[in-house]
Amino acid sequence: MNELETTMVSKPTTFIPPGDERDSNEKTIVIEMDEFSAWYGDFQALHHLKLAVPEKRVTSFIGPSGCGKSTLLKWINRMNDIVPTAHAKGTLRLPDIDILARSTDVVALRRRIGMVFQKPNPFPKSIYDNVAFGPRIHYAGLSRNDLDDLVEWALKKSALWEEVKDRLNQSALGLSGGQQQRLCIARAIAIGPEILLMDEPCSALDPASTDKIEDLIYEIRKQYTIVIVTHNMQQAARCSDRTVFFFEGKIVEEGPTRSLFTNPKSKQTEDYVTGKFG
Amino acid sequence: MATLIESTPDVERKRNFRFRSLTATYVKELGVKSLLGACAALSVLTTLAIVVVLFTEASRFFQADDVYCDAAVVEDGVSHKCGSFVATSTRDSAGTQVACSTCGKLHTMPAEVTLVGFLTGSKWQPLIGRESEKKFGVWALITGTLLVSVIAMCLALPLGLITAIYLSEYANAHVRATIKPTLEVLAGIPTVVYGFFALTVITPTLKTFHDGFNTFNAMAGGIAVGILCLPIVSSLVEDALQAVPRSLREGAYGMGATKFEVSTKVVVPAALSGIISAFLLAVSRAVGETMIVALCVGSRPQMSLDPRDDMQTMTGWMVQMVLGDVSNYDVEYLSMYAVAALLFLMTLALTFAGNLVRRRFREEYQ
Repeated sequence: MNELETTMVSKPTTFIPPGDERDSNEKTIVIEMDEFSAWYGDFQALHHLKLAVPEKRVTSFIGPSGCGKSTLLKWINRMNDIVPTAHAKGTLRLPDIDILARSTDVVALRRRIGMVFQKPNPFPKSIYDNVAFGPRIHYAGLSRNDLDDLVEWALKKSALWEEVKDRLNQSALGLSGGQQQRLCIARAIAIGPEILLMDEPCSALDPASTDKIEDLIYEIRKQYTIVIVTHNMQQAARCSDRTVFFFEGKIVEEGPTRSLFTNPKSKQTEDYVTGKFG
Repeated sequence: MATLIESTPDVERKRNFRFRSLTATYVKELGVKSLLGACAALSVLTTLAIVVVLFTEASRFFQADDVYCDAAVVEDGVSHKCGSFVATSTRDSAGTQVACSTCGKLHTMPAEVTLVGFLTGSKWQPLIGRESEKKFGVWALITGTLLVSVIAMCLALPLGLITAIYLSEYANAHVRATIKPTLEVLAGIPTVVYGFFALTVITPTLKTFHDGFNTFNAMAGGIAVGILCLPIVSSLVEDALQAVPRSLREGAYGMGATKFEVSTKVVVPAALSGIISAFLLAVSRAVGETMIVALCVGSRPQMSLDPRDDMQTMTGWMVQMVLGDVSNYDVEYLSMYAVAALLFLMTLALTFAGNLVRRRFREEYQ
């Protein structure tokens, strides 16, 4: 039994991935990809991926640096549009939208697919204005009261309300790193997305803040489909229902988190999750 | 030294090297440091010298200066200037004739100038009429300067800001490669060219739209100064926009913001301090611009806000005095220093305002 497993077993109440008891195959599939390949210029970053991401579950992408997991995440809400050399082929779709289609409106797409980045990136505005940013650009006819309620709701949802309710008008840059990241989550959920993409959301944070974010992810997974890229295997084990292991742009193994960690089918996966490489 | 060599690896010791003299290194370092310090000090000293000269000469303008006697005197067959000074005892003697005590030449006592009169007066008539009728009310010149600057800024600030946003947020590499060099060319055109461009192209064009434009007018000067300031504004603002971290743009794009929303609601507010200081720098440039206004705005100081009129700016007056045939001792000539000192204070205030604004709006990016 490896070390990771021991930790998992020793603290079963917090560490058992809750999705394990449920069969994720019963869930509706929200993100579906088939034969999906992506390039940066001539470099092929992703090779013929086939994956189905279930609704209202936490799916984590793990793998060593440069394996393409962040690239895939950025394709899901078309953030790669900003990168001039990026292009992709194959199927990548939501139930009703072909994400890659030229006709797909990225604004409408990103309204449904929120994103939280590696480094907290609050706007240099007040805490209130950060959360109100999305609603202000997407909702018409929002009264001041509606907006206040929405901001409060989002901040409560992201477990930040108690810490900031007395200083909503102060700059968001005065918050700690962990608070800033929770603010970014509040900002993302304030427009009511169906899917939340998180690109290593805790990699710039201290362990205590990481704990809070993980609790938060656990909490909000009932309402959102969450895809989280992480370098931290314990994190994947702690807070995701399904895990996808990437290596060199390919999906090596994919399945319920617990079975992937305790009983990996592939040797590569086993080596990675036990810390032999990566 | 010996112990150091002992402690180095064998391979190094075999090479038979010795350490550089520490004294020589120290002296060299000291020499370099003093040289660099001297170069930096030079600019400070030059600035100080200019400011001292400016204010000393300006103070002479407000003092009851003695009149220099330039009468030709023949002494021992050689002609030279008298060179003595005729005391101006009282200021209300303006226009009266006082004889030189040495050679007897009659001198007209200069006009009365007071600091309050200078700073509050609205009539600038140093060259017209008798000495007692000369007027030094600097507002006539300030109005000219401000009118030209306001017209210039109405053009340069919005256009520069829009150009910068386009270049930084919208334009692809290809378009940037065309527009940026063009703006650099615009910035490199000598101001005298702008001056006669205003006189020969802008003014006639304005006249086709409206008859009321004078041959020399503030509008043409303002437009030319605006074109001059445009590349300054756009390049400084673009630098400020580029300094906004990519992560902020990604954050906003990730929330489904359009390019316009990202630019106007995230990038521009985040770069506000840089943008405002770019604006203030452009204003100082416009206020101090000389050649364009000297060529095309005219030389009739008057307190008017009609852009069709010819008028004179503060800098325009200075050019006229430097190039004119006024004696270095005349009060009109000295007025140049007073105007220059005032202009200096105005641009200094703008610089300070810029620094304050920068500090006030500075955001620590993550």
